[in-house]
Amino acid sequence: MSNQTPILTVNEVTKTFPGVVALNEVSFDIRPGEVHALVGENGAGKSTLMKVLAGLYKADAGEIIHQGKPVDIASPLDARHQGILLIHQELSLSPELSVAENIFLGAWPTNRFGVLRKSKLNKDAQSALTALGADFGPSVRLGTLSIAKQQMVEIARANAFEANVVIFDEPTASLTDTEKDLLFATIRNLRDRGVGIVYISHKMDEIFDLTDRITVLRDGQVQGTVKTEESDVGQITQMMIGRELDAFFHRAKSTLGSEVLRVEGLMNTRHFRDVSFSVRQGEVLGLYGLVGAGRSELVETIFGVRTMEAGEIYWQGQPTGRLTPRKATDLGMALVPESRKEQGLVLGQGGRANISLPHPNMFSRATVMNVASEMRVFDTYKKQLDIKTTGPEQALSDLSGGNQQKFVLAKWLCADPKLIILDEPTRGIDIGSKSAIHELIAGLAENGLAVIVISSEMPEVLGVSHRILTMSEGRMVGQFSGVEMTEKNLIEAVSHCADDVLTPV
Amino acid sequence: MTMNTGAQSRHTNGAVTWLFRNHIWLFLGLAIAIFSLASPYFLTVNNISNVLTQGAFIGILAVGMTLVMIDGEIDLSVGAILALSTALAIGLQEQIGVWPAVLAGLLSGAALGFFNGVITAFSGMHSFIVTLGALIGIRGLVFIYTGEDALMVQDFSYTEYAEIYLGPVSVTALTFFVLALFFQWVLTSTRHGRETFAIGDNIEAAHDAGINIKRHKIINFSICGTMAAVAGILLSMRLGTAEPNAGKIWELWTIIAVVLGGTRLTGGFGSMWKTIGGVMTLAVLRNGLRLLNTPNYVELMVMGAVLILALLLDRVLSSQTEAR
Repeated sequence: MSNQTPILTVNEVTKTFPGVVALNEVSFDIRPGEVHALVGENGAGKSTLMKVLAGLYKADAGEIIHQGKPVDIASPLDARHQGILLIHQELSLSPELSVAENIFLGAWPTNRFGVLRKSKLNKDAQSALTALGADFGPSVRLGTLSIAKQQMVEIARANAFEANVVIFDEPTASLTDTEKDLLFATIRNLRDRGVGIVYISHKMDEIFDLTDRITVLRDGQVQGTVKTEESDVGQITQMMIGRELDAFFHRAKSTLGSEVLRVEGLMNTRHFRDVSFSVRQGEVLGLYGLVGAGRSELVETIFGVRTMEAGEIYWQGQPTGRLTPRKATDLGMALVPESRKEQGLVLGQGGRANISLPHPNMFSRATVMNVASEMRVFDTYKKQLDIKTTGPEQALSDLSGGNQQKFVLAKWLCADPKLIILDEPTRGIDIGSKSAIHELIAGLAENGLAVIVISSEMPEVLGVSHRILTMSEGRMVGQFSGVEMTEKNLIEAVSHCADDVLTPV
Repeated sequence: MTMNTGAQSRHTNGAVTWLFRNHIWLFLGLAIAIFSLASPYFLTVNNISNVLTQGAFIGILAVGMTLVMIDGEIDLSVGAILALSTALAIGLQEQIGVWPAVLAGLLSGAALGFFNGVITAFSGMHSFIVTLGALIGIRGLVFIYTGEDALMVQDFSYTEYAEIYLGPVSVTALTFFVLALFFQWVLTSTRHGRETFAIGDNIEAAHDAGINIKRHKIINFSICGTMAAVAGILLSMRLGTAEPNAGKIWELWTIIAVVLGGTRLTGGFGSMWKTIGGVMTLAVLRNGLRLLNTPNYVELMVMGAVLILALLLDRVLSSQTEAR
């Protein structure tokens, strides 16, 4: 580890979005030839900080000092010109172009007439690839390469443009173990040549394997920077948590009844494998994990949206066989999806039409809609859920996120389900509505429904659940109830990435 | 488990992959084989020469359309631009002479294409809407210029240019092939061509890399308009008249030919080779069905069915070759 002066210094940078302080006077620095980890929970501000560095966001206050000079990073292109390169989680490449064309995108060598100098392009790309130890040539079409190799192409840009700061955002999210080794070798290779590297990850084993220093972010603030060799997982976890649970969470005070749903050995090879759990009447079951852990895919598979490749689903003790959304609804399941706009609501229409949408049979006779009964149901839920809308025909696009979310709930509740699955029920809605939704969840459970809540927000999942299952990389990695339900336990469960997880056979 | 087999098949099935990405030649071969068996007149030099010439008009339009479509855009106004350039090339001959009139026709196409490009690039509207407006507006312009009736060429030596043949290949067909090959070279070997792919493939990556997206789109729309004018000039030479309704719904046949060839409507993927394949398949189908005395409406039904079938196949194949 080097002790030179930093190549990039972030000095008290603040960035606010309407209603949220995403970064609050954040300071940290990157030295040449070091790998610097940036860790924190979902929403701690890692992505925002990285986007400020890459020129995607502009900081409200504070300064960035690059190679001794204060700089203004206006765009991703600007960042690249200054030698700062961001490797996205979602690769930003063009699959139909060649490897060399991707590496030098936007800066291809041409002659006077605009004709590409392919031999120079390929030669330069080859040397960037050779420096990384890549085993593929510059002229192959990018789309034919594996994800790991495509990632190398993106990293090769760092060599090609002589980047001195490279930021990796969760780079191992879609890699296998061998591919991960390849990536780490590449990162060490960059480091040894004096590049300063920012490594954003949730996975503690990777962080302790790879990095020299660790900076912990929480709620937009830096909690501290430590040397990796002088720290341990416990200390980092402690720095990541330590927040008081908000008092307004309502945990259902219900008595648990009989088992409603049980799944055994559920598998969908792309997203998760060997998942078993059960949920009972009156119980709120939390499903916690990082984005991409396979939680949404799991419940979508149970609901029959995705293919169940192996396993068995039991509904009130009876095996159901493979479900379709229609069958699942008929049994008494309801799935409230994560993205209200894409999957849950027709925003151009009013509340009345949205509530009745999935239940044509309940509200119609011989395909003619019974508007009066739709109105009755609308009024019931408007009162019960305290929805703020001017009337049954007001387009939902005019309502706040919280009120939209209540319509999503109303639409599923009016079918009188026995199990309701809520995927990120409070994402993107204001704090007041959040608390109303939490209250509602508790009320549902107290009325004897089984509830499954998927959430990436730890306080939420801790606040509303009776029991919490943790998922990481497609596996169930822990189950906590009662006093075991602590932030520390959840973080440790999802950050440990066991060696055998999702290894291709 | 799945990943390993995926990687293996990727290496061993190079030829299969090529065919998946170039299935149009399979269709063309099949069409030629069927019509050769069904009609003794099909595989004659005379008829092939006819097929090439008939296909070339849509083909020249398709050359420009391919560029625009690889950019992820579309141009519905090519038929109308073709009609306007035909009208100008014939109507202006009396006042300014033959070649200046031809030049005026070409320039009108280039200018209208440029106009389409500028509006699309700067307004942020989808080109479907922009060029749909252009299609209607330009057709109106043609009617204003010609009146209800067709314009006639005064000096009939003008029509003799269309009769120039290189062996069995007419000047129209030759123009098509030369333009297609030239722009294939542009697509594969120039910065503009490759950046056109980059834009259609991943516009955000292209933007982040500092590629001037607007400029490339304007250039491609301008080329597309110019190609429509070239086809219009050749049509005026062949017919000797300029009908106000010339080229009506040709934009649809053009899009069909390009898409049939395998160029994607979503952009980022395609080539002039595919377009040649698509244009020729369409021309062979039309010609073959006529040789068999198929009624016009049956011809339309067959062509529509073939298009949907080809696109269905494209979808199935591409969903199989993309990673699961």
